[in-house]
Amino acid sequence: MDHHFTFPHELARLNKKLLYLSAMVEEKIRLATQLIASHDHDAAQSLINSDYEVDELEVEIEEDCLKILALHQPVAGDLRFIVTVIKINNEMERIADMAVNIAMRVDNISKFNHAAATSYDFAPMSAKVICMLQKSIDSLVNRDSVTAKTIFLDDDFVDNYRNKCYEDIKIRIKKDPEHPGYHINTYLLARHLERIADRAVNIAEEVVYLVEGTITRFN
Amino acid sequence: MQRTVEHASSAFPTLLDSDAVATQSGSSKIATIRETVGTPFVDNPRMTCRGVEVYYGEKRAINNLSIDIANNEVLAMIGPSGCGKSTFLRCLNRMNDTIASCTVKGNIQLDGTDIYHPSVDVVPLRAKVGMVFQKPNPFPKSIYDNVAYGPKIHGLTSTKIELDEIIETSLMKAGLWDEVKDRLQDPGTGLSGGQQQRLCIARAIAVSPEVILMDEPCSALDPIATAKIEELIAELRTQFSIVIVTHAMQQAARVSQRTAYFHLGDLIEVGATEKVFTNPLHQLTEDYITGRFG
Repeated sequence: MDHHFTFPHELARLNKKLLYLSAMVEEKIRLATQLIASHDHDAAQSLINSDYEVDELEVEIEEDCLKILALHQPVAGDLRFIVTVIKINNEMERIADMAVNIAMRVDNISKFNHAAATSYDFAPMSAKVICMLQKSIDSLVNRDSVTAKTIFLDDDFVDNYRNKCYEDIKIRIKKDPEHPGYHINTYLLARHLERIADRAVNIAEEVVYLVEGTITRFN
Repeated sequence: MQRTVEHASSAFPTLLDSDAVATQSGSSKIATIRETVGTPFVDNPRMTCRGVEVYYGEKRAINNLSIDIANNEVLAMIGPSGCGKSTFLRCLNRMNDTIASCTVKGNIQLDGTDIYHPSVDVVPLRAKVGMVFQKPNPFPKSIYDNVAYGPKIHGLTSTKIELDEIIETSLMKAGLWDEVKDRLQDPGTGLSGGQQQRLCIARAIAVSPEVILMDEPCSALDPIATAKIEELIAELRTQFSIVIVTHAMQQAARVSQRTAYFHLGDLIEVGATEKVFTNPLHQLTEDYITGRFG
């Protein structure tokens, strides 16, 4: 039989679960970005196979939110918190999916065994994406809308890097037209990283709503 | 009956002055009047209240309260027990006149007329500002006579046909006609609780009010009867202004366009209901509606 806790206790438990999910997802992104450089097949498979952990926790958090909405009808700050958790929970699950996509893409690239190709340097982009994700999670933990509002500035760097990657890959395909699949997969890594950054921005927007009660979109 | 009404001068204490320290009348106790935040005033109000203070003997129950009641709005008043919301509600049609120790100060106007002016007759005033109470209180008369009573004593009709029309219209507006049209001569007290409350609303409507005051109208009703009253409130809003006192926060959220939060005799916050229930301006409002106290 399910236990019913007091409302503040339910909120505290939910907060704890969301932070645990956030830490889990942050770690997966860190591993995924390491894979881009290492091309470690076993690590990639491990990342792919462990995605169920995030999926299960995401469902559990969503169920908790629905239960709180049904049983406690939260309002004001509590309502904003539940709405924020529902949305960030979804963002976290999608970010974890991106980590899996990166792992699968890296595995694909490894299979090309492309002797002539030089690997693309994603280190600056990866570092910025991890920084954005950390910042969004920190702003959530600290209920810090000021920090959250600075994230979109970082997003420009990531977008520009993806655009640069696109142009570079076009040139590489022209020079090496025999291996378009390899180059397209390489570009798609930039695309995945850029999507993670976008979702970090979404999380920051939700933090601003949670703290200030205003719906904000960083364009 | 003792009643004291002090007509306010043009220099009402303004809301923004209200952080000043006020001394309770006849008492050495000092109370800080909190500033009202939000939107207590509206364009073209039906009723205006300025600098309203209410005393029970020496004890001040309401502190320097100013608020407007708009046309065709439902204004919900919420707050912990003893915060003054029902006391203020009763000021709006001078029901507090019946309490010997009660003193009302300040200015309350209906359509520009000071309702506490000595020349104002409270009987027609209470027709214009009707009231529905917590517990359904039909007269021990037939359903028909319950609704007919008001129009008769106010001389609103001259013929039986006109009176029948008012009865039917009022019961229809109250959503009760279909349930009672075949038994209008049955006693009103024989109806269910929800039906009795709608009968009381029909009784209030029958004298063509401008404002309807509701003091926890659903607290004695089951969820189905409550839902019917809430639907009715939404329909009545198109014709009347409604002020409702409720302890049910979700009811306030469902039925009202503006919500006013009272705390220890102070009007803390007034604002659009969706704003108050998603992002209140005042910490006291937040703490109360989220159940942190009260």
